[in-house]
Formats: sequence, C-alpha cells, structure tokens
Amino acid sequence: MAAPENKRPTYYEELRQRGYSRRDFMKFCTMMAAYLGLEATGTAQIANTLLKTPRIPVIWLHFQECTCCSESFIRSSHPIVADILLDKLSLDYTETLMAASGHAAEAAKEKTMKDYYGEYVLCVEGSVPVDNDGVYCCIGGKSAIQVLEEAAAGAKAIIAWGSCACNGCVQAAYPNPTGATPIHKLVKGKPIIKVPGCPPIGEVMAGVLVHIITFGRLPELDKVGRPKAFYSKRVHDSCYRRPYYDAGLFVESFDDENAKKGYCLYKVGCKGPMTYNSCGIIKWNDGVSYPIQSGHGCIGCSEANFWDNGPLYRQMASFPGFGIESNADKVGMVAAGVTAAGIAVHAIATNVRKKKLVDDLVAEGKESEKELKS
Amino acid sequence: MKKKGHYLRRVFVWQLPVRVYHWLNALVIVALCATGYLIGSPPAIMSNVEASHRYLFGIIRFIHFVAAYIFFFNFIFRIYWGFVGNKYADWKNFIPTNKKYFQQMWEVLKLDIFMMKGKENPSIGHNALAGFTYFLTFIAFLIQCITGFGLYASMTDWWFADMFVWVSNVFGGDFALRNWHHAAMWFFILFAMVHVYLVFYHDYVEGRGEISSMGGGWKFIEEEVFEEEKA
Repeated sequence: MAAPENKRPTYYEELRQRGYSRRDFMKFCTMMAAYLGLEATGTAQIANTLLKTPRIPVIWLHFQECTCCSESFIRSSHPIVADILLDKLSLDYTETLMAASGHAAEAAKEKTMKDYYGEYVLCVEGSVPVDNDGVYCCIGGKSAIQVLEEAAAGAKAIIAWGSCACNGCVQAAYPNPTGATPIHKLVKGKPIIKVPGCPPIGEVMAGVLVHIITFGRLPELDKVGRPKAFYSKRVHDSCYRRPYYDAGLFVESFDDENAKKGYCLYKVGCKGPMTYNSCGIIKWNDGVSYPIQSGHGCIGCSEANFWDNGPLYRQMASFPGFGIESNADKVGMVAAGVTAAGIAVHAIATNVRKKKLVDDLVAEGKESEKELKS
Repeated sequence: MKKKGHYLRRVFVWQLPVRVYHWLNALVIVALCATGYLIGSPPAIMSNVEASHRYLFGIIRFIHFVAAYIFFFNFIFRIYWGFVGNKYADWKNFIPTNKKYFQQMWEVLKLDIFMMKGKENPSIGHNALAGFTYFLTFIAFLIQCITGFGLYASMTDWWFADMFVWVSNVFGGDFALRNWHHAAMWFFILFAMVHVYLVFYHDYVEGRGEISSMGGGWKFIEEEVFEEEKA
C-alpha cells in the first residue's frame, strides 16, 4: 500500500488547503500537547508528525447509541479538531457524517478495509446487541456483531467511544433486553482503548486520536483500559466545590440556601467521588462549564453500570432486593432491630432454661458472703 | 455441682498481645463505623463560617483512614500471633480442622443458642462456635480492608495503598466498591451487639469471670473441671 500513500496529502497540507495558517496549526498542536500532558517538546513532535504524515484511514461505526459522542467530538473547542479529525480523518466511513449512502457507502467502507488492511483505526460508537442473533441492530443487511467482527479483523487499533462501547451504558442497564455488550467483550486480540463518558469530552476524544497519529501507538492506559492522561483523577479531585466537601458543608436539597451558596452536592447524589474523568479540568463547550458548576451533581456517566448504581439523586445506592427506597443503612437498621429483639428473647430464655445454673452460682456466692464476718 | 463451694483454678487464657489486639481492634472498629457512617450520610450543618476555616469532613475522613491503617496492621499482627501465641490464641481455634470441631460447634449451638438441656461443658478459651464466628469476622476484616484500600488507592501515592488499585476494577468500579464497603459495615455493628451480649451471657451462666478475662487475661476454672481437662 506504499504507493498510494505517498501521493496522499499530509494533515498539514490538507489543513493549509482549507485555509488554516501555520499559526493556527501550531496553536492546535500546542493545545493538544497540553491536553495530553506532554512536555514542551511534545508540541514539536505533534507538529512534525502532522506535517509529514498522510492521514490515517479511520472507520467509525455506529451501533446502539445516540450519536452524542459524535456530537461532542465536532464541538471540541478548537475548529481544527473537527476539520482535521472529522472532515479529513474519519470520512472513510461514518454513518452520521459521510456524504455517501446505501451501497456506495458500504462499498467505500469495504474498499478502505481492503486497501488499508492492518492500518486503519476502527472507532466504535455504541454497544452491540448480541441476544437473538443480534437482530436488534442491523446495518446494510448485517447484524452489528457481524459488522464489528469484519471491521475489527483488519484494524490496527480500536477506539471504543463513549460509555455504550465501553460498558454498555443505558442499553446494558438492567434488564438489558437486547443483550447490549461493550466492545472489549466481543473483540479479542486487538489493542482497545476505552474513552468512556456519555458523551466523552470532545477534547479528550481529539487528544486520543492525536496521540495515536503522533506516536503510532495507544496512549498509556489504566487498568480499565482508559487513557491515563484523562481518566486517572476523580471528578471529585478536581472539583472547585471540594473545599465545601472537606468543610462538611453540603447542599441538602436543590432549592435550599446551601445550593445558592454553591456548597458541595454530595448529599444530593453527586457521584464525583467515584467517577474518573476530567470534566472538572477541561470542562465542556469550550470550557464554559460542567454539570457541577451548573449546580447539578455528577451522575458518573463515565463509570460502568452508572444506571444500575442509582438513584441519581441520592448518595447511597438502593440495597438489592429490598425495593427502590431501601439502602444499606435502612436494611442494616432493621437487621440491628431484629438482632436486638433476638438478644432480648435469648436473655429471657437464659433466665428460664439456665435458672438452675445461675441459682447455684448465686447460692454459692451468697453462702460465702454469709461465712465472712462483717 | 451441689457442693459447699467451688475451688477455682486461675487459668491464664488471653496473653497480653491478644488483649492489646482486642481492645485496639474494638477502639478502631468503633471509630471506623462511626466515621464511616458519617462519610456515607453526613450530618446537615448550617453554618456561616467560610469553608476555608472549616475542615470537619476532612477530619472525619482522616480519622477513618488512620483507624483503617491501625485496623489493618493490628489484624496482620493477630494472624501472626495465631502461629506463635499460646494454645488459646492458636489459629486452630478458628478454622475447623477435624470432625470434633464440628461436633463441639453443634454442642454450643444446642446448649447456648437453642437453650436445649444437656451436659454443660463450657470451654476454657474460645468455644468452637465462637472461634468459627471469629473466622468469619476475619473474612469480613479482609473484605473491608480490600474494599477500603481499593477506594483509598486513588487518593494516595503510597505504594502500599496503591497495591489495591486492581480492586475497583474487580468490583466493577468505585460505585459498587463503595456499596460493598458500606454494607459490610453493618456486619461489624451486628457482630458487636451479639458479641457484647454473649460475653455477659457467659459470665452470667458460667461464673468464671468471662468479662474481666479480657482485662487480666485469666479465667477461673472449677478445680474438678480443671483436673478433668488435664487428664
């Protein structure tokens, strides 16, 4: 495949054709290096790569999802992100944004898969339903699982965009009627990077792609498979309301005085202390705000099973099997009451059934007492 | 038993390290349950003081973490002592290794829990049922240490706590981990209730100084029982 690649314009050339100045380009590289947490020379590395490398082919598949990941991506703060990474990079195949449709689109995808076998990056948005032979999501006459397996075979790496692809998100919530399954459980033997969130932050998505383009390998991942640069800290750790948490000052309900003062949202169900993401640092919509800043607790959308770990507006989860209003404390208190009652019954029974033993001890003690002089 | 009186033999049962372990454990478990409960359901405080002048919740959490470290290392020490301590501290008191252990458990269940009539033959150290219950508490200790340090791992740079980073993944994230950790707290509360009651119970029906044994380390065993056990 070397010959056609040499003729393809590099990222930089494509950007210049679109009217971006070198200055814009360098700004973009600097921004990406900062997001990725690279040292200062990282900017040059990124610039150098984008200058020399033709774009890598990307196939972007959509399964059971709401396209909020794509939406988030094209809204990342720097315009080059959308241009370079979507217009130029991902248009080999993506249902939402490609111009082609029907057989032409499928043919384009198959051509990419064939021409760039072992070279393209496969991006997956959405979970794959596996129940009933995968009938719940079919594209172009194939089930999602078939589409995924075909595309994964020749992929250099797979990026699982969003919570659907990473852990199933709402489709996989109990009772999971379609058997929605995250990508890492279906594809084995390929490097998979998880970028969870509902949706993930656009800059994070761009950062992951830029890292793969620049360094030709996946960024450093944590135990779960998420890039450490963006998912190593809890939302709680970068929360600007953290001082209120440490002071023990909490919003008790959304309409109280404490909410107006901007106290910590922990007691109204903020899942920031359990959620690994960079919302508190990168924020959303070009750094305008993020849920906590807007007065709403974090719902933990980038954590596995966040739907089933509800309720969203309470700190303590429902205790399984005891109804929706239950939590571990309520169940525990009832158990403590039952235990106390059991103890009381046992204490009474002791005085009845062990009367002789106790009476003997008392008699012995009293006898000794009498024998002693006063 | 209808004699003028008993001659009681002083038997040294709980060695000093066992007693120190016991009371340190009791202290930190109370501290851990109290602070843990508060972390799960913080009290509502109305205050005009600026957040920068308060650190109440931070202190509660700090106490929890310090107590957790003490709890963990105390627990490790007790396991060690189960191999080097006296016969009443030995690990074989806690883990059933033979059929006799199960028979004794059944005896205790019949006589002390279901209050059935039978030959009273109280143990000098742990009875079999109590020993096995402590084994279950050790498992609860382990669960609580693993889930607790798993939650704590992301807040520290110390290699020791960082060894537990894998835990969150195994439990399916911090959400589930936290719920397990919180629910397990209730085991400790229920255990403590039953434990304290049964100490009083044994002291009451046996008259051997069960309650004070964890102070001085000795119990007072009837001479004839002592001779019987010795044989």
